Amino acid sequence: MTAPLLEVDTLVKHFPIASGLLGRSGGVVRAVDGISFKLAAGETLGIVGESGCGKSTTARLLMHLITPSSGTVRFEGKTVGTRELPYKEFLRQVQMVFQDSYASLNPRLTVEESIAFAPTVHGVSRSEAISRARSLLDRVGLEPQRFAGRYPHELSGGQRQRINIARALALQPRILILDEAVSALDKSVEAQVLNLLLDLKDEFGLTYIFISHDLEVVRFIASRVLVMYLGKVAEVGPTEDLYTASRHPYTTALLGSLLSMDPDKRTDKAPLAGDPPNPISPPPGCRFHTRCVFAEGVCKSVAPGLAGVSATHEAACHMVIPGSGHSKAEGRAA
Amino acid sequence: MLLADKQATLGPITRSPGYWTTVWRRFRRDPVAMFALLVILAIIVVAILAPYIAPQDPYKGMSLRRLKPPGTPGFILGTDELGRDMLSRLIYGARLSLFMGVTPVIFALVIGSVIGIVAGYVGGWLNTVLMRTIDVFFAFPSVLLAIALSGALGAGITNGLVSLTVVFVPPIARVAESVTTSVRTRDFVEAARASGASALTIIRVQVLGNVLGPIFVYAMSLIAVSMILASGLSFLGLGVKPPEPEWGLMLNTLRTAIYTQPLLCALPGLMIFVTSISFNLLTDGLRSAMDIKA
Ligand SMILES: Nc1ncnc2c1ncn2[C@@H]1O[C@H](COP(=O)(O)OP(=O)(O)OP(=O)(O)O)[C@@H](O)[C@H]1O
Ligand code: SF4
Ligand SMILES: [Mg+2]
Repeated sequence: MTAPLLEVDTLVKHFPIASGLLGRSGGVVRAVDGISFKLAAGETLGIVGESGCGKSTTARLLMHLITPSSGTVRFEGKTVGTRELPYKEFLRQVQMVFQDSYASLNPRLTVEESIAFAPTVHGVSRSEAISRARSLLDRVGLEPQRFAGRYPHELSGGQRQRINIARALALQPRILILDEAVSALDKSVEAQVLNLLLDLKDEFGLTYIFISHDLEVVRFIASRVLVMYLGKVAEVGPTEDLYTASRHPYTTALLGSLLSMDPDKRTDKAPLAGDPPNPISPPPGCRFHTRCVFAEGVCKSVAPGLAGVSATHEAACHMVIPGSGHSKAEGRAA
Repeated sequence: MLLADKQATLGPITRSPGYWTTVWRRFRRDPVAMFALLVILAIIVVAILAPYIAPQDPYKGMSLRRLKPPGTPGFILGTDELGRDMLSRLIYGARLSLFMGVTPVIFALVIGSVIGIVAGYVGGWLNTVLMRTIDVFFAFPSVLLAIALSGALGAGITNGLVSLTVVFVPPIARVAESVTTSVRTRDFVEAARASGASALTIIRVQVLGNVLGPIFVYAMSLIAVSMILASGLSFLGLGVKPPEPEWGLMLNTLRTAIYTQPLLCALPGLMIFVTSISFNLLTDGLRSAMDIKA
């Protein structure tokens, strides 16, 4: 296997809980609690999980919008944020599209000014940046003549999200992080934008990190899926493996709640009951044990690490760890 | 090349009117605000052209013609306690009064915006330090603070300007801080940060356009206060010194004649009133013109 394009190594973000005037209570929100994954060039990695599990925090950590508590990110083998690869250089390679198409455009700048901003930051001349912005508008399906000089409030949500995509592409990045980028759109517009994303991926040779709570959309677009639960990776593997043969009870439950929306496909799989626990004091052992139908003694005390199910498929559950002590695990480890 | 410019050949770019164009269009439709604007422009023109339009020398008095009532031939608005032409003094007075009213607000706008925008954008402990310091000044009533500072620094135009500036920095910094804080957390600023831009570039390109409008409008609403405070300082003998013509000072020196020539004494007060109310109406008009729901 060739070196991964992006390698995330035990990334952690704990937000301190502010209390009182100046004091800190000492408590932290464990938004992201040691996640690791690799991203191969050209793939689309879907990241799914319930609200609050740390998907956006992960994206913001990758974009260096917030500083990680610990952990490293390597791009093409070079550690990000060191002399090897300063953040500013890294950000040329990785860009992001936000969920709220309106809030992510400056209301006082025209469409072309918004798109041209990033290139000028990186030393492209203004006229060159503007012409780049116009050709990108054309690429995302918006006539430059009609749209370059308009303001965000004059456009529809779908048009604005196309502009946000153009803006993210203006630095000619290798990786695009899409954080719920199509979630706010109408179904028909969503489909158009998804198709645009597929076209752009081929044309510019992009690699996507596609964050969404919509499991159907993720199945459509992602080649690999990473399931997050309370700041940790629960399961990661090729899309079809996960959707047809998930090994983590949480993934199974998530998919169960998806299928149960369609009465014909209703299964007897465990539905996902209740809300996820508070990330300020996550449960000890396996974080999912409070909601897991297979939870046993070992789950409450020992945190399961990611274990290989196959060469490409991993799950963090005692049931897939040989010799873990769970009754459903295979015998003893060697 | 990857993004080889496929230049626009299909005709010119359609441009939408910018924010300020729209604001001006809306402002123009507001008759009260337009009238206030015209009054202020007229006062400014009069102040600039004072030497050409004043009928008399504003400094030259004559004890023989002291406290003549308005309507006296040759002295349409009468004469003051030293026999100087009231009209000429009111015309020249517009210069100092406007200057004393507007300059501190401009200085405070610059200083307060810098403090507030930096505090709001950077946040954290710098915000705490800057804003708590500002709060200390803010705790004093503005009139008291202005009088205390002027009293400590001594009378004179410069000292008056300094103390009024100090009075207006805190409120402007506070407004600047709160609008900047609300803009800073918006996604477009995040997106700009994600492009690797420096804080200064982000403030210049992304933040200023969204915060200067509200800060400017707020500062404008302070001009009326500033004019009244400046006049007040002069009235108390802490601002402009005689024999300079300034509306507040004129109010002071004429006060002995309040029972004999009430109309005469009221003239400088009327000018202060008209000017400050015009600034207020202008501000209100601008504020509602800027309130675009889009
Ligand atoms: N700036 C912050 N300060 C404190 N806590 C935060 C901050 N940002 C996020 N959190 C907390 O971190 C956890 C993860 O948040 P995050 O936004 O990453 O979730 P998410 O998976 O993107 O959820 P959603 O699907 O709702 O977007 C949440 O509990 C959230 O309350
Ligand atoms: S480790 Fe135990 S509690 Fe956790 S998912 Fe597996 S079976 Fe459930
Ligand atoms: Mg999110």
